[in-house]
Amino acid sequence: MATVTLANLHKRYDSGFHAVRGISLDIRAGEFLVLVGPSGCGKSTTLRMIAGLEDVTDGEIRIGDRRVNDVAPGDRDIAMVFQNYALYPHLTVRDNMAFGLRMRRMARGDIDRRVNEAAAALSIESLLGRRPRELSGGQRQRVALGRAIVREPAVFLFDEPLSNLDAKLRVQMRAELARLHRQLGTTVIYVTHDQVEAMTLGDRIVLMNQGVIQQADEPLAIYRRPANRFVAAFIGSPTMNFFPGRIAGGRFAIDGSDVSLPLGAEAAGHPAGPAVLGIRPEDLVVAADGPSMATVTIDVVEHTGHETLAHFMLAGTDHVVRLAGGIAVRPGSSLPLAVRPGALHLFSTDDEGRAWPGVQR
Amino acid sequence: MKEPLRITLLRHAVLLVFVAIAIYPVLNVVSISLRPGDRLRSTDLAIIPADWTLASYRNLFTEQPFLRWLGNSLVVSTGVTLTGVALASTAGYAFSRFRFVGRRATMLAILTTQMFPATMLLLPLYVLIAALGLVNTWLGLMVFYTATALPFCVWQMKGFYDTIPPALEEAARIDGCSRFQAFWHVVLPLATPGLVITALFSFMTAWSEYIVAAQVMQDEQMFTLPLGIKGFQASLSSQWGLYAAASILVSIPVVTVFLVFSRYLVNGLTVGSVKE
Repeated sequence: MATVTLANLHKRYDSGFHAVRGISLDIRAGEFLVLVGPSGCGKSTTLRMIAGLEDVTDGEIRIGDRRVNDVAPGDRDIAMVFQNYALYPHLTVRDNMAFGLRMRRMARGDIDRRVNEAAAALSIESLLGRRPRELSGGQRQRVALGRAIVREPAVFLFDEPLSNLDAKLRVQMRAELARLHRQLGTTVIYVTHDQVEAMTLGDRIVLMNQGVIQQADEPLAIYRRPANRFVAAFIGSPTMNFFPGRIAGGRFAIDGSDVSLPLGAEAAGHPAGPAVLGIRPEDLVVAADGPSMATVTIDVVEHTGHETLAHFMLAGTDHVVRLAGGIAVRPGSSLPLAVRPGALHLFSTDDEGRAWPGVQR
Repeated sequence: MKEPLRITLLRHAVLLVFVAIAIYPVLNVVSISLRPGDRLRSTDLAIIPADWTLASYRNLFTEQPFLRWLGNSLVVSTGVTLTGVALASTAGYAFSRFRFVGRRATMLAILTTQMFPATMLLLPLYVLIAALGLVNTWLGLMVFYTATALPFCVWQMKGFYDTIPPALEEAARIDGCSRFQAFWHVVLPLATPGLVITALFSFMTAWSEYIVAAQVMQDEQMFTLPLGIKGFQASLSSQWGLYAAASILVSIPVVTVFLVFSRYLVNGLTVGSVKE
């Protein structure tokens, strides 16, 4: 268990590509930190710099009290689980798990004890004599985990470890990872592009885009108070609905339509003028009797059983409303929609799309 | 699915024809080597002639410097194989894994050397070897053979390393290996099929080469097997019996080596290590 500190970290490749642009982060000992973002956002590069697999162009990485910029990967007291497992194909499962310990010249008895313990914890004892090619994807994933666990490192690094598993297995392994982290209490840095994994696993989520941290906060805080339009769009599925428009006289008028809706505390202090309004699909509700924001025509309906996603067009763009599974809607039906009070998000219209801080819940 | 009987029969018939084509010349050589005297042609159709004798074989070992030639060939071929494997495995790794200035240029230069026929390189290389005082030495021939076999081997190894996922070395380095240890403990074991091919190719290049050897080795004591065997074929009387017997003996090691290593030549060990 150790802290990890990133100070103004940069990575520029020889090709000139600036993958990571000044990342600073204090990771607490024992924290489960998730780096999430679209592909090419710099999350994997950041992880690989922490692992020592990529050189640091500028800035500093500290594990515990030690600056590790120039420390070999094997001496950083870390273990890593790779997306494609990276099991040694010529070694048995037992030898795969023991490899790192043997490289460190640990006594034979200790190695056997640790490997057996880890194998028991992951219920892969029966696989110890096999080779990687004789294992299923889920089994390989467990072995890769086991190889990391036996090392008893200060920090675990995970590089999209679940992305090669099928959906069912992924959910199962996700729960197992969470359990494992609670048992071991080791610091975890976990890279994924999957926002569900990020939300469910992370004590804290760091959302990156184009080499820069967009927001770092607890999962629900990010969900409730996205710092900008990028974060708001990335976290949450289906994605948040955005409506460009203008603020005037305490109301928001949506461009390209005659819809206008009253603003509350979320717009406090916002000057009149252009803005982007964000509403999550679940914050749109069917207005039974009360005043509705707009009556929309549903054009696509997606039933998933416990909920129904209804798509509608407003001002020329597609939007989604999330309804309970029991509500009967058909393509073509009209639905009067209202917004849950206090559920509006306001963003600036520029590229950055900063959230207006008046949003309080 | 079980195939119909006539397809099976047809398949075997075709295969038998090919086997016959492949082994007929070899059987002929065996037959000549067993005939007494130097009867190249014979009206006898028997593979083992009625008056068969091992005289030619005995003669090779007792009256001819066959063992000396065998020793020369073994020393040179083994030397070429060892240096070939050592240099190709390391150079190929560098070309596969590192991006350095001149990487492309060097790789193309290596490839370019393959465009010239060996006979064209004969004179310049001979001049070089003569200047180094290596004429009539094992080392001279080894330098020559290594230089001609290495380009192919380097490319071959580079191609092989390219199929081994770099994530394996990264995992090894995180497990505490240095770059070299990762190469030694993880990459090389996985590259065994490539190493075997490289070794075979190097060995074969040296074992059966004639033209270059004829230039470098001028003293009969330093002859390699192909040179020595060619000596049995003179302008007036060729000693076909010795020639045939020596040919058979020369091919035995090569065939053996191929049989032993054949499983490596078709085996893909990396399957299943990582999911692509």
